[in-house]
Amino acid sequence: MIIGIDMGGTNIDGVAVHEGQIVRQIKRPVDRSDYFHSIWNCIKNLLWGVKKEDIERIQLSTTVSTNAIVENRISKVGVILQRGPGLKWQFDNLDENVADVSGSVDHRGIPISRENAAEISKIREDFLRNRVDTVAVVGKFSTRNPDFEKRAAEYLRDDFQEITMGHTISGKLNFPRRVQTSYLNAAVHSTFKTFAENIEEALKREGISAPVYILKADGGTINLEGAKAKPVETILSGPAASLMGMTALLNKDETDRCLLDIGGTTTDLFFLADGVPVFEPSGIEIGGHKTFVRAIYSTSVGLGGDSYVRIEKGKLKIGPERKDHAIAFGGKYLTPTDALVYLGDMKAEYAHESAFALENMAKKINAYPEEFAEMIINKFCKSIRETIENTLEKINASPVYTIKELLADRTIKPQSVGVIGGPAKALSKYLERELKMPVEYPENHEIANAIGAALARPTVEINLLADTDREILSVPETGVYEKIDKYYDLKKAKERALNEVKFAGETMGISSDILETEIVEASSFNMVKGYRADKNIRVKAQIKPGLAAYKKGER
Amino acid sequence: MKAKNKLGLILFPAFDWAISPTHPEREERLLYTQDQLLEEGIEDIEGIHFFNPLIATKKDIDRVHFCYPSTEKLLTESHLIAAGGVMRAFDAVFGKETDKSFALVRPPGHHAQRVVYGDRGFCIINIEAVGLAYARQKYGDIRVAVVDTDCHHGDGTEDIYWNDPDTLYISFHQDGRTLYPGTGSIEELGGPSAYGYNVNIPLPPNTGDEGFQYVLENTVLPILEDYKPDIIINSAGQDNHYTDPLTNMNFSAQGYANLNSRLNPDIAVLEGGYSIQGALPYVNTGIILAMAGLDYSGVVEPDYHLGKWKQSGRVTEQVKRISEEVLNAWQHKEIIGRKLFESKSSVKRNRQIYYDTAGILETQVQEFRPCPDCPGVDSIISKNDRGASLFGITIPRKACPACQKKGYDLFEQAKGLNVKKRFLQDLKRDEFFSE
Repeated sequence: MIIGIDMGGTNIDGVAVHEGQIVRQIKRPVDRSDYFHSIWNCIKNLLWGVKKEDIERIQLSTTVSTNAIVENRISKVGVILQRGPGLKWQFDNLDENVADVSGSVDHRGIPISRENAAEISKIREDFLRNRVDTVAVVGKFSTRNPDFEKRAAEYLRDDFQEITMGHTISGKLNFPRRVQTSYLNAAVHSTFKTFAENIEEALKREGISAPVYILKADGGTINLEGAKAKPVETILSGPAASLMGMTALLNKDETDRCLLDIGGTTTDLFFLADGVPVFEPSGIEIGGHKTFVRAIYSTSVGLGGDSYVRIEKGKLKIGPERKDHAIAFGGKYLTPTDALVYLGDMKAEYAHESAFALENMAKKINAYPEEFAEMIINKFCKSIRETIENTLEKINASPVYTIKELLADRTIKPQSVGVIGGPAKALSKYLERELKMPVEYPENHEIANAIGAALARPTVEINLLADTDREILSVPETGVYEKIDKYYDLKKAKERALNEVKFAGETMGISSDILETEIVEASSFNMVKGYRADKNIRVKAQIKPGLAAYKKGER
Repeated sequence: MKAKNKLGLILFPAFDWAISPTHPEREERLLYTQDQLLEEGIEDIEGIHFFNPLIATKKDIDRVHFCYPSTEKLLTESHLIAAGGVMRAFDAVFGKETDKSFALVRPPGHHAQRVVYGDRGFCIINIEAVGLAYARQKYGDIRVAVVDTDCHHGDGTEDIYWNDPDTLYISFHQDGRTLYPGTGSIEELGGPSAYGYNVNIPLPPNTGDEGFQYVLENTVLPILEDYKPDIIINSAGQDNHYTDPLTNMNFSAQGYANLNSRLNPDIAVLEGGYSIQGALPYVNTGIILAMAGLDYSGVVEPDYHLGKWKQSGRVTEQVKRISEEVLNAWQHKEIIGRKLFESKSSVKRNRQIYYDTAGILETQVQEFRPCPDCPGVDSIISKNDRGASLFGITIPRKACPACQKKGYDLFEQAKGLNVKKRFLQDLKRDEFFSE
């Protein structure tokens, strides 16, 4: 049995999935003063009467780290930067404890000059005096050569709760994002650690040995041990939970799709390319921090079932604000839901009051009520269509760097739409008409996010670089920096990259027979120096993102 | 970080194309530049936008070149994309998406002349010229100054705009007596309809930041002030850098960024530059920041230190003298031009052109037909040492009806000529013929 928990802003949803079917589900309000107990109560409820050895794993999508950042309940972080020459980024959204050291590394990872020891020792004293809790140490091009970060961390290790080294966060290049992500990691480290330890202790007390996984913003999971080291990976997993859940609930389909989650206030949009979620191009942004954290691409539009409908200067307006429930469900203001009720597409308790309000507003613009109701729905659907088109234009414009990719023109062209949320079923025929595509609305949509949390599988991404001139191989994500010979080639690099991914996956408890690894990008560049040609080899590999088995139907 | 000028970047490193595996123009060329730009976080600067290149069509190429044996046979997709990158740069600015744009594409183009038999100086088609011809067709007449800061003389660009008064071409380069392609002397001033609008500034070897700045302030900026172009294009070759393996100049990343900042171009296009680790990552970062109106003072090569590349007093003197000479020619262009071409109905120019990459030698005769009402019809008769030959006619955009008709008559008459191929470029109607 798999337990999936999604902790949102107000509610916690939980499901127990057994042999691919939902056997239990639960909804509880979140106690914002005690996340651990909110979650633990849910788990206990779901596990009531279940044999301990039948529990395969427990998977959580939590807002512990997200809320700590958004509400600024974070550790006091000291940041040490080796910026070297280049752009002069101001990191004024970090703590006041930002210190610079001299020295630099170039784009190949060749050290140009070193920091001096006195600088670090002075920074240590300052940080201690300022009662800094945790430290982030980040160098420009540190993924190419992490020596400075390692030296500084070694020196400071015993004095602070956590030292986050920039190169361990991601193998990608982007110094400002490395700084922000490392800072956030150090900032939420203690909060997340406490939460994780509470979970571990509680499980131990109950004699449950099942592993715990935490959902990430890319729709994959990370084991609790990994999340303790890199808690920043656990931020903003909510949209990923609902997308993964929707994917599980919809008919299996490996084409391009657009998925809509229509809530009361907003509609979230997601895209699938060949059935695989589309990611944010560089990484997610949180509280003004642009990070490296890989995330599912989602965009939100201020249109929902309860959006405020009114006439302004003779024109129909919908949203973006939500005032209340729909009148049909006891609210005070007209909404798109009321229009659906009027058209007979939804049943409601206060249909009569709702109809009365709609007829009154229709009079203001001299429209027949039915015509007016259709107008509302059409405008709603048109706005959704425009948002989809604009978003696609943006995603499809993302840069490519090879002739093959440019000529292949791999743009996302949705063939169908999946939609969940309160008015999903009622809206589907109107959306189908507007979007000119088949629209699918799954059952059980109210627990999609918990299902997503339950069925998500671990993901790992690594960036390997082999430089036969410097005779160095590096995989920052798995901490590999080692010597290679002159004859190292692309074939070896690909094998190694897959092995690194596999190893990382196995460390997270995925059995190798279900582990699917893949090469995402691989290239080998000739480096010519005089008569010698060395190689600069780059390979990106990952565990294929995906879902555990799920059978639709009986509960 | 927010850019003062909205900047469009077309960064297309073509990681899957090379002239040959160990040729300087290979896959690796923009690898470290891309690394540097990524690591600096350029993509997160508000106001800097990345665009994918367009793919140029045959017609886009035919607006500029006479390709032998045919456009299709000479070009690969990489050339169409490099030209398409420049076209996209024009669209970004003229479509008002951004204030400025920079096409970091490869291979380069400034050695490609109007006639093309093959590759010269790593160039087959003149990507700036293709972009500009596309923009003029799409957005109307544009008065342009092309300022070429590549270390090699842009003989291709010079040839294409030789007789076009609406395109001022200014080239800084290492003196042709010491470097490929050998041309680019001060005396090369342009055809009868655009005499003086081709400005060459051949600089002595070992010219440093100081010398470039001197020429810019004392010659180039005054000329631009005088010419009043609608836009300035910078052919941003980066081989004046002190680490470049093919040249002998001492220009730095700071120097390039300063120059760009003072020149204030609307569009920049990467040309040559083959110090792919030591120069390009820094020079390109510097140019991008300068164009975006951001602080570039922190962009310094790892091996740079002040004073190391200071130019000698002798070089400084030479640079001053050349600057004066160039400015003098600019100021007297009308008088001299009148003396040379007055009352002439035909002006001929004989040249030999060597295609170093392809190993072809071309001999051509250009004929310009000055007209009081328009720039006049030009034609080229050309043959090469591999037995190819062609005749090509160019009717300029601003041709008067009589000259336009003359172009078609010449094309008709040329049927009697003993050449393998005939071309007609009617830039006025945007129609192109070859047979």
